[in-house]
Amino acid sequence: MRGLKVYAITYLVFLYAPIILLPLFAFNDGTIIAFPLQGFTLDWFVELARTEALHDATVNSIFIAVTTAILATCFGLFAARAGNRHSFPGKGGILGFVMLPLVLPEIIVAVSLLVAMLQVGLSPSIWTVIAGHVLICTPFSIAILNGSFANMDKSLEEAAVDLGETPVSTFRLVTLPLVMPGIVASLLICFTISLDEFIIAFFLSGNEPTLPVYLWGQLRFPGRLPVIMALGTILVILSILLLVTAEYFRRRGLRRAGLEDTGGFL
Amino acid sequence: MSQTARLRRAFRTDSGKGLTLVAPPFIYALVMLAAPLGTILLFSFWTQDFLTIDRTFTLDNYREALSDPLYSELLFRSLRIAGAVTVVTVLLAFPIAYFVSFHVRPDRKSLWLFLITIPFWTSYLIRVFLWRVILAFDGPVNGTLMGLGIIDEPLSWILYNANAVIITLAHAFAPFAILPIFVSLEKIDRSLLEAARDLGESRVATFFRVTLPLAMPGVLAAILIVFIPTIGDYVTPRLVGGSGGTMIANMIQTQFMRLNNAPMGATLAVIAMLSVTVISLLLVFVTRRWTRGR
Repeated sequence: MRGLKVYAITYLVFLYAPIILLPLFAFNDGTIIAFPLQGFTLDWFVELARTEALHDATVNSIFIAVTTAILATCFGLFAARAGNRHSFPGKGGILGFVMLPLVLPEIIVAVSLLVAMLQVGLSPSIWTVIAGHVLICTPFSIAILNGSFANMDKSLEEAAVDLGETPVSTFRLVTLPLVMPGIVASLLICFTISLDEFIIAFFLSGNEPTLPVYLWGQLRFPGRLPVIMALGTILVILSILLLVTAEYFRRRGLRRAGLEDTGGFL
Repeated sequence: MSQTARLRRAFRTDSGKGLTLVAPPFIYALVMLAAPLGTILLFSFWTQDFLTIDRTFTLDNYREALSDPLYSELLFRSLRIAGAVTVVTVLLAFPIAYFVSFHVRPDRKSLWLFLITIPFWTSYLIRVFLWRVILAFDGPVNGTLMGLGIIDEPLSWILYNANAVIITLAHAFAPFAILPIFVSLEKIDRSLLEAARDLGESRVATFFRVTLPLAMPGVLAAILIVFIPTIGDYVTPRLVGGSGGTMIANMIQTQFMRLNNAPMGATLAVIAMLSVTVISLLLVFVTRRWTRGR
């Protein structure tokens, strides 16, 4: 099966091509994004530090991403717990509906939220972006936390109750520590999704742009492209760091539950 | 028994607890998804003149959307591009899923899956923009091919048209296709394959008569999960599509933001959603023969 392995490696190169090229241009001493490369420079990163509008966009994005991660993970906890531990009428339909934003085209989610908000008199702001991001992040959180709850031995909770703990203290002392790695993984993934999300932020952010919305505006100016490459490099490195951390916590959760690793996210 | 006691007891049953737990995310989805989608549907039956919205029920928007060649052309092109993206993505993804499931050591599988999903989590805008650089006239693809002497002049059919959109989206949606196929391949009982070989089937025949049919649920999931969101992609057609690669999402955005014609934008959104739903249901129905029973 050597042919298959060669194909797999070629495919990985295809997947990584954009990310590999990105830093090349970020450190390239030339304003045109094309080969051949000119020489090494850090100018574009210095330029980033001096751009005021960029700092505002970064603050907006981080605030949105943190709030979204917390809210979506709370919703994810509720839904994953209900789905794994209880049976109730309409279970499949209700959970399916909560997971729906995972497959809906984002433009549909974005325009319908925009229209509905304008109808009830809300104007676009950071909070409307958060509302949209929580909607699309919750399914990811549920998918991650479903794994945590499914892997958890139910008898541990029953033992705690039998030994006289109340439902609340059982949750705090037994359930929460066992699910904690899943919660951390969910927080990090939701943060990453929100930080990178463009369409919903584009429609709902009004005059408080997020990082991707700012980036989109800059793409029109050819002279700004090297700076964008520098910004992109930082964003990609940040995403990868967050993902590696999330993966670390996910695996730790599996080990805590005494299970073999079966695969990645989703 | 008092009202409150009865209520308290209802909450203590298993289904009561389950419903209470699921209520917050469900109500959120109702308010933030179902209600807005309902609003869009309402809007599609209204009309707008500059900034005032006329709330009388009319089918004019649908009549215009279906009769104006501009809109139908965009819709069919979107369906065509999304279809091509789906075929390309799933065909490219299957061998990878097969490789990871059947030929990678079990303790290495999660590392491979992690490597496959990393690019997907990095900034979508940046990734799409870099495809513009890669496919450009003076980009690395043309440079390499010319350097190797395979072509004499830069290829012009790989940027600012539908092909560029297909390449870029096939890249962006790769993990969405690989993961479901991988999961269904992992579920296959390996002894079935041994049985087929023992009974005299060749390697190729075993693949087509045992492995592939058993992997069909995953393939169908991959097809749907790629096809549905790509119809509504906005960024890729805008950045690499040129005028020949514009899709329906770009027109929806134009109607809402530029032309101040929210009802027409809503109508196009509804029509796009309906087409996707009908095609998806047809697909599920047609492939039922191969995917049921598991």
